Amino acid sequence: MNAQHQPALLVDPAQRIFKVARRNFVDPDIFRAEKEMIFDRSWLYLGHSSELPKPGDFITRKVAGRGVLFTRDSKGQLRALLNTCPHRGAQVCRERKGNAKSFQCFYHGWVFGADGKLRSQPGEASYPEGFKGRDTSNMQPVPRFETYRDFNFISFDSNIVPLVDYLAGAKEFLDVICDQTDAGMSIVAGSQEYSIRANWKLLTENSIDGYHAATTHATYFDILMSSTDNLAGGMGGGGYGYDLGNGHAVLEYGAPWGRPVAQWIPGWGEAGKSEIDQLYDNLVKRHGQERADRIARKNRNLFIFPNLVVNDIMALTVRTYFPVAPDYMVINAWALAPNDESAWARKYRLNNFLEFLGPGGFATPDDAEALEHCQRGFENSKEALWNDISKGMGKDKAHHDDELQMRAFWTQWNKQMFPAPASGIKGVAA
Amino acid sequence: MQSLSRTEVEDFLFNEAELLDQWRLPEWLTLFTDDAKYEVPCTDLPADASSESNLFYIADDRVRLGERVKRLMKRTAHAEFPHSKTSRIVGNVRIQARREDEIDVSCVFQTLRTKDGVTDLYFGTSRYRLAVDGEGLRIREKRCLLAGDGLRPSGRISIVL
Repeated sequence: MNAQHQPALLVDPAQRIFKVARRNFVDPDIFRAEKEMIFDRSWLYLGHSSELPKPGDFITRKVAGRGVLFTRDSKGQLRALLNTCPHRGAQVCRERKGNAKSFQCFYHGWVFGADGKLRSQPGEASYPEGFKGRDTSNMQPVPRFETYRDFNFISFDSNIVPLVDYLAGAKEFLDVICDQTDAGMSIVAGSQEYSIRANWKLLTENSIDGYHAATTHATYFDILMSSTDNLAGGMGGGGYGYDLGNGHAVLEYGAPWGRPVAQWIPGWGEAGKSEIDQLYDNLVKRHGQERADRIARKNRNLFIFPNLVVNDIMALTVRTYFPVAPDYMVINAWALAPNDESAWARKYRLNNFLEFLGPGGFATPDDAEALEHCQRGFENSKEALWNDISKGMGKDKAHHDDELQMRAFWTQWNKQMFPAPASGIKGVAA
Repeated sequence: MQSLSRTEVEDFLFNEAELLDQWRLPEWLTLFTDDAKYEVPCTDLPADASSESNLFYIADDRVRLGERVKRLMKRTAHAEFPHSKTSRIVGNVRIQARREDEIDVSCVFQTLRTKDGVTDLYFGTSRYRLAVDGEGLRIREKRCLLAGDGLRPSGRISIVL
């Protein structure tokens, strides 16, 4: 990389300056380095255990540019395999999802179990004895594969710290989200797969940006105002942003929309109220008043470095995204819901989801437009060098619409991208 | 309505496409019955999936469809301000079933959308349930089944399909 470039970040805590070079969003060298320094050295979300309920269930998914075959083997164990034949490299499984006893590579007909082990191949007699027993004859597992509360992660770095250590403070927030039921949670059928013509880090920032809501999502709040009685009090409930360590961050706040976890709105009627009351009482019984209030009435936009967002807001969303080019990313999003939820609540959960979220909702398209227009704005990045994310810097406690969360992300990004100052582009310059 | 011809149905659908292309959305909304639904399922769902138990891209009842129109006519609907230019082709129109007071219709759609120098293509099959009375046709259900791989590269459904 070219050493004459300006630093990636400009940070001066004393002056409350935190600036991000716009080059980070456009430079092909940065993009290439991110693949190696960020996506090859982080835990990346693969999928939720509920997506593979039965032995033999499988999903093919692309994670950081690699084809991954996510299976539940005949013994019920989850596996993450590199979707490439050990023989000559063809993608072994070409279906998106399904259930299979084995996988056959169509090129030369090698057959693998759902655990990736070679079962048979045509012309076996031509191979030396013991060939089938060699590790290299099997489909290769992804170097690391770990699970926390049914969230499955993979890493291409075999030396990475264990997932639970990596999650740091995000672990506790995942617990709060998962503790809303004792019955476990499942991904609802239907995947939203979309794209934004912008740099992936813009979506990271946007996902934990409490500052843009009022302007970017003005039309949604118009609708909310006409459908809820308590908007004035709701957003005023406010909230805080937290740096959770290792680049993870969250904002936690009160909001006026109905939460099928246990926050009723008049639009849900009296029948809905008794059901929500019951859900809330159960939470109090299981967790005590204080935690029950937090689970039921607080919203959480949780970001897990580098590319997983779990929004526990008017619905519960899981969203992950990957860069394809400096100015193009692909996004996969799902709805997560308690297994013991009634049909009534499920309907409202999905209704809530679609009203605000997703590429056909009343908010996400405006986010995409904002991000794409940032990317267009970066055409001027050689002359207009910096983004400023210093809002709320130096405060004892950051408000949910301050920019602490973004600073947490960028600090970790910088640490991974430029571990040694001598490696080329300078990191933080005071 | 046994006598209703495909040409009459086509005229209705072509008119709908024209209203959308001309951004005459409040007028377009009057094509729908009070109990109407407008839905776009995710592309990994079966064509007849229910929006009450599956995640869709869009599942509007008549009230939310009205909100969608109101929103899209505002300059704060940033994704569509300034408005995209769109061009819809509706073809392969078939009357699939006739009942007492409604008919089922399917057609193929191809919608081009241009904004900020970028053109996206949305394509697939639409299934309509059309109410028939003395006044003519109205839409009771419109379900757009996207044939693409998710929403890539089109990215979002900020227009009405």
